[in-house]
Amino acid sequence: MTQQARFPSPYDLAPPPGAEGWKDLYPYYLTFKDKLRSEEDAKFWFCDAQHWPSPFKPFDAITVEFAVKCLGQYNTRHYLVPPANGVEYRIHNGYCYMSPVAVAPELIADRVPQFLERAGHYFQNWQSLLENWDKKVRANIADMETIHFEALPDAVPIEWIKGGVGLDNTYALTESYDRLIQLLYKTWQYHFEFLNLGYAAYLDFFGFMKSLFPSIPDQAIAKMVQGVEVDLFRPDDELKKLARLAVELGVDAALATGTVDEALAAVGQVPGGDVWLKAWKDAQDPWFNFTSGNGFYSDDKYWIEHLDLPLGYIRDYIVRVKRGETIERPTAKIAAERDRITAEYAELLDDDARAAFEGKLGLARTVFPYVENHNFYIEHWSMSVFWRKMRELGQILQQAGFWHDANDIFYLTRQEIRDVIFDYGNGWAVGAKAAGPDYWPDEIERRAAIMKALATRPPQPALNEPPAVITEPFTIMLWGITTDRINAWLGGDDKEGHITGMAASPGLVEGRARVIRSASQLDEIEEGEILVAPVTAPSWAPVFGRIRAIVTDVGGMMSHAAIVCREYGLPAVTGTGTASSRIQNGQMLRVDGTTGEVTVLS
Amino acid sequence: MSAFDARNLSGIAYTIPFDSAGPDDFERMGGKGASLARMTAAGVSVPPGFSVATEAYAEMLRADGLGAEIDALMAKLDIEDVGDQARTSDAIRAAITRRVMPQAVEQAIRAAYAALSAPFGGDLAVAVRSSATAEDLPDASFAGQQDTYLWVVGADAVIDRVRACWASLFNARAIAYRARNGLGETNVLMSVAVQKMVDARAAGVAMTLDPVTGDRSRIVIDSAFGLGEPVVSGEITPDNFVLDKVLLEIARRNIAHKDFELVVDRAARCTVERVIEPERRSQPSLSDEDVLAVARLAKALERQMGCPQDVEWAIDRDLPPGADVVALQSRPETVWSRKAATRPKTAYATGIEGVLGTLLSPVQIKH
Repeated sequence: MTQQARFPSPYDLAPPPGAEGWKDLYPYYLTFKDKLRSEEDAKFWFCDAQHWPSPFKPFDAITVEFAVKCLGQYNTRHYLVPPANGVEYRIHNGYCYMSPVAVAPELIADRVPQFLERAGHYFQNWQSLLENWDKKVRANIADMETIHFEALPDAVPIEWIKGGVGLDNTYALTESYDRLIQLLYKTWQYHFEFLNLGYAAYLDFFGFMKSLFPSIPDQAIAKMVQGVEVDLFRPDDELKKLARLAVELGVDAALATGTVDEALAAVGQVPGGDVWLKAWKDAQDPWFNFTSGNGFYSDDKYWIEHLDLPLGYIRDYIVRVKRGETIERPTAKIAAERDRITAEYAELLDDDARAAFEGKLGLARTVFPYVENHNFYIEHWSMSVFWRKMRELGQILQQAGFWHDANDIFYLTRQEIRDVIFDYGNGWAVGAKAAGPDYWPDEIERRAAIMKALATRPPQPALNEPPAVITEPFTIMLWGITTDRINAWLGGDDKEGHITGMAASPGLVEGRARVIRSASQLDEIEEGEILVAPVTAPSWAPVFGRIRAIVTDVGGMMSHAAIVCREYGLPAVTGTGTASSRIQNGQMLRVDGTTGEVTVLS
Repeated sequence: MSAFDARNLSGIAYTIPFDSAGPDDFERMGGKGASLARMTAAGVSVPPGFSVATEAYAEMLRADGLGAEIDALMAKLDIEDVGDQARTSDAIRAAITRRVMPQAVEQAIRAAYAALSAPFGGDLAVAVRSSATAEDLPDASFAGQQDTYLWVVGADAVIDRVRACWASLFNARAIAYRARNGLGETNVLMSVAVQKMVDARAAGVAMTLDPVTGDRSRIVIDSAFGLGEPVVSGEITPDNFVLDKVLLEIARRNIAHKDFELVVDRAARCTVERVIEPERRSQPSLSDEDVLAVARLAKALERQMGCPQDVEWAIDRDLPPGADVVALQSRPETVWSRKAATRPKTAYATGIEGVLGTLLSPVQIKH
């Protein structure tokens, strides 16, 4: 380790100017407490900017809480993973920091038989349990879809009077809100039912290959395991199909200009237009439940609510189709390449190792479709429905005067929203003014200013002293954080203009940098640029046709960015720690996705 | 059948081009020739050439009583007398070089040489090497005593050197070896390989594993400008390239400062050391495309031989781009292969036992 042996303590990291008082925006159990300084400073925390790259609004903390809590429960209470419990998490200056919890060495052995029985059951019955998971998750989404928030009427419905219901409309409102939160809680429990085990089986294959071939590129291992037909790529595939269909039917000119409504109306006027409009409609459920972010933020834009996004991508694809380009993923080529790579490694092994290779690869391939696909069902589809329902509630309360914009609801914590619903119903019941409309607009303005101030400062990659060696399996597996990575972060500024990260997708290119901090900036990207971002989401795929390479601050070999880049044949360097703050727009970069090096040329 | 196949009256070809030899021909081409033909057949390019088949040598022995003369000289040999060995050797070699080659054989060689030269315009500079059928014997160190002639130009010279190669089978050590091991003179037949001299723009060695870690998923290439001898002998520090064998991607490049190169002096029919002009010294001796072509060649050789290889290769200026990387020699890698053979068997846990093992001691992801 060079120069600096530790990262700063959170207790020494004051908020940026204007963000004072930020702690009150989050639940008490999520912030570092002064009283616990010695205890908290004894732990190593790394920033999870992979999932939460920018400061999140108070309500959005629910995604951190549910996700990381549910991750923990499966290690600690469901499968009793012998060496690893869950992951502690804190919010500091608007960013999320994680600290994995190890099991005391003397307790590990006792957990082994329980792990073998519990996890063993899942590995042995993976397919049937996964089919069941699919049913559960779809049912959960359907349940969320049934929830509707309605403004309180002037009077309780007459039927309720005559039916002797004996309840008012506020009861249903509170119940619906609680139910929505509970269904989201279920969503995140399901999310981790298979994920930790899936990653563990993958890591087993990964470690096996590394032991046999010390210099095997991570991406070669990934390529052997990755699927070809993956649900996560379906939304983008649907857009490509729609683009091709538009050209085949000759409706592409009608689609080319105007707002979504104007373009769709124009398509309706031309022969074949009805065929295209039906295909456009059919693709939406479920495939347009797809976010340009990662599902963890209330301001994620889902295609289904912002049809201009998919239409814009379709327009791009139409241009490329008409240029004669092949826009479809070369699935046959990917499958053939996967077979070739697998066969060539098998050929380099002796018989014993080859048998183990086949066994471990077989298990990894069984579990990996979940790792790839769950993302669509949870982060995209389930979260699309959840945020949409929350906005529905936000709008009702906006109409009731609690705030100016439906999305202002996300400046409240989830407990405060319960209070607001009561306040709203209370005023309605009493026949007097609710308190909220005089309180929340100012408070929301104050909170918005704090959020803005927090966003001015990027997070620390980590806090406190790192362990000499990272051995915690989930830190490595889920976050790609290794001893080498931490050392690189600590010595990160050693060489001016030279940034290293993970070699996530091969290839060497040069080009101008385009630094993108959020999905809303995606339209700034110009042809031939290199995308530099804190993190990317798989749904950014439609811009991948325009760029030459990707550089991210966070993410491992199995991060969504890495998976998608390999799929699209784009060089990628992930997990650089600081690239998006060290690289400026317009700088010339050389990106070597084979070695994980990024050089600022000018 | 190739244009420069020439057959005697009973239909036996006296010469066999490397690129049209079939499995039945390998035995007639001697160790070296067969190896070159095998490589060509497996898609590994080698400098083009042909073998003068063992039948040509047999025909030479038959013609004009040469075989009988050799047998008579050998019958008188005292194998314990070093002086007598030398005298017998001299007498037999003189008997061979004195004689005119049978006409059918000579015509076959002239035709084969003309066909080999044709694509390059004019007489081609070739290497003429002996390729004995007994080279593959476990203790065949005498094979190394046989002759190699470089920069041979013109049909007359080729014919002369072929005869000289045949004669080299009878150097003193070789005849003593055969006599001691009871190998009759007619049991060891001689083929001769005639192969284009390589005028290398760059050359070097390639290993199909990482010599430092034994990792078989890597290919390591050392390369310099010009011919490969200075790389092989360690006279210069070469450029070094490390590739991933399966993905065929360059993982590391180390470009050395190169002061001189060994190049061909065509007029003098030899090689000369030349100082490299300053602006070229720190340039890579191979383009990325070249590196990949060398790696593909090494990979094909490993696959053909069935074990890790140590390959000498060159990029020939005379050959068309895209087909200019040739293998000069390939040997099995020994250090790590020997280690692998003595390593105790590893028991690998699979399924959940494997997963448990990984969770308990996860690997460090290395970069």
